[in-house]
Amino acid sequence: MRLCIKNARHLEAPVDLLVDDNKIMTMTPAGHHAAPEGCEIFDACGLVLMPSLIDAHVHLREPGFEYKEDVASGLEAAARGGFGAVMCMANTKPVNDTASVTRHMLDRARQSHPHGPRLLPIAAATIGLKGETMAPLAELKEAGCVAVSNDGRPLENTELVRRIMEYGADLGLILIDHCEDPHLGRGWIMHEGDVSGLLGLKGQPPAGEALQAARDIMLAEYLDIPVHIAHVSAALTVDIIRWAKERGVKVSAETCPHYLLLDETALENYSTQSKVSPPLRTAHDREALREAVKTGIVDILVTDHAPHAAHEKDGTLDEAPCGFTGLDLALSLTWALVDEGVLTESDAHRLWCRRPAEIFGLPWNGFAPGDPADFFLFNPEEAWIPSRETMYSKSLNTPFLGQTLRGRVKHHWMGGRKLF
Amino acid sequence: MNTENRYHWPHKDLLDVTQLSRPDTLHLLDLAASFQEINTRPVKKVPTLKGKTVVLFFVEDSTRTKTSFDVAGKRLSADTFALGKSGSSLNKGESLKDTALTLQAMSPDVIVIRHSSSGAARYIADLLPCGVVNGGDGWHAHPTQALLDCFSLRQAWDNTFEDRTLLILGDIAHSRVARSNIHLLTSLGVRVRICAPRTLLPAGVDHWPVEVYTNLEKAVRDVDAAMCLRLQLERQQAGLLPDLAEYSRRFCLGLGHMELARPGAKVLHPGPMNRGLEISDDMADASASLVLNQVAAGVATRMAVLYLLATRNDGGRA
Ligand SMILES: [Zn+2]
Repeated sequence: MRLCIKNARHLEAPVDLLVDDNKIMTMTPAGHHAAPEGCEIFDACGLVLMPSLIDAHVHLREPGFEYKEDVASGLEAAARGGFGAVMCMANTKPVNDTASVTRHMLDRARQSHPHGPRLLPIAAATIGLKGETMAPLAELKEAGCVAVSNDGRPLENTELVRRIMEYGADLGLILIDHCEDPHLGRGWIMHEGDVSGLLGLKGQPPAGEALQAARDIMLAEYLDIPVHIAHVSAALTVDIIRWAKERGVKVSAETCPHYLLLDETALENYSTQSKVSPPLRTAHDREALREAVKTGIVDILVTDHAPHAAHEKDGTLDEAPCGFTGLDLALSLTWALVDEGVLTESDAHRLWCRRPAEIFGLPWNGFAPGDPADFFLFNPEEAWIPSRETMYSKSLNTPFLGQTLRGRVKHHWMGGRKLF
Repeated sequence: MNTENRYHWPHKDLLDVTQLSRPDTLHLLDLAASFQEINTRPVKKVPTLKGKTVVLFFVEDSTRTKTSFDVAGKRLSADTFALGKSGSSLNKGESLKDTALTLQAMSPDVIVIRHSSSGAARYIADLLPCGVVNGGDGWHAHPTQALLDCFSLRQAWDNTFEDRTLLILGDIAHSRVARSNIHLLTSLGVRVRICAPRTLLPAGVDHWPVEVYTNLEKAVRDVDAAMCLRLQLERQQAGLLPDLAEYSRRFCLGLGHMELARPGAKVLHPGPMNRGLEISDDMADASASLVLNQVAAGVATRMAVLYLLATRNDGGRA
């Protein structure tokens, strides 16, 4: 089956895309070649053509917390947000520390979204995420896990971190570490700084993140094994990663759009919608992160999609759980940065597709012949307002709720087949 | 109360002193002064708030503040009833939201809330149409305490705040009393100093409008008043202090310290006092101590607050 997408815009240039079966055949300047005989034609009418994105850090809540989100609703939000693959963290109930849980997740994905987006489970690093005993990583890898992480429960035991890195390396499982000193600022509600001081809220110093990142980096250098630093929020952490990369340490890192757009002042009205882990930090941290994603010191963007039910976020700040919903919003938020001139369209491809694929060894679409035909058409001008009506995730926990965003995914194909 | 004809109180709630303009504060203090006179009469009751209902919703325990609001409401003839964590369904796992909505169903005119979470009073105020008074929320704000302290100081200082210096001594980081007092008194022109070990100072204190000291002898020099804060004993368990004896050696306010202050300088304490820990026994009972004046001022100030909120919708006056 052949498909021709005509008159799309790719990196500012008008293009036609030819798909043969489930692979990219050619991408040519628009109107250059006539579509082959018997080819289905789709006129993109100038919409932006992008490769399906990869989100290396989501929480889909199934099994165990389906009232917040389930695999079906999470993948639907992913598809609508432009994502062709999502890597889901293991803090479900039960925890994804045995093959049966991995298989359950994959079965659910196959049932609800047989043609994509792809679900790529991340193995729990330790049994029950308790930080005590290494999980059976070979079994988990065999069942379909693509990386390993203790996300949600920072690893305190450095010896164990070393052994997980070593054991995972043999299996091709890279450790994604949630870096947070478990003692520094224990019980925190937000970033420790001017705003926490005025509001009378317990704060978390950014040094807690940088300390653990530094620990992981020292181990990565000593062992010569790669490590991936999850959701970097602080300028100090960026400095440590830059230093490590200059030394040639195999370290990669991610951050989320919200750390590039918001800061601690989002909590000034005690809004639980702005409570996230790691916390929103200062304007200085935000600027450092913008620079870091621009220059590639922080390699990729992720959503850290962390859905919660409305009633859980409705209360006082200390009771409310941390986390934002992200899959529906990520591309619009990224485009806000493109509009601002912080990023380019090509940066968006690198941060959301090429680099995550490189780091985690995943297939990706660079629009070269033979690449998987995973792509979508995006209208960067379309304004929309995140609400129950416009979002596909079960959860509405985002500080952007009710604000006008720009940029909407209009159509999405995976393996050459139209998802919507 | 002759300003009343010209002045209109604009606030539905009293959540934090930061919402008060200077005219708001001065009006409130004047009103409190007129109510204090009632408290000296043989029959200490006026019908001003007859038919009004005041709910004292104290999720975090506080005998002092609760009693003070209770007395204030009753002196104005309001019906007051108190509900604590055990009396409400919060114990049974009910959310704060549902408990608040239940209270609202009883149609109170004012709810006074005390809660251990910073921001809790604001949360309730946004939720409910009745007036909400923050009776203390977490480490954040305690506006009526600041107002009563201000009232006591105004009397002690003959109505002048300019050129006065106040020292606040003790656990600033975890103190809603300190936050509210610093804001209110600096807004009236008082110079404020704070003194504590660094572990009990809040993040960002360098950007506060205060002078920061870690040495009590230096901090107390030439002040017009010193306010001791109650030290929570769990600060030692939290690793913020080595031991309480060492704390008291460095930061317990005694009579000797006040000799370094300006003549006639006063001492305040929001109570209950840990005698011998943050304030010496003889200091607590000295003539410079305003502690009992503060208690009396508390009733008068809270009468003013309840009056302003409960009569807000009565065409400006009761
Ligand atoms: Zn995390």
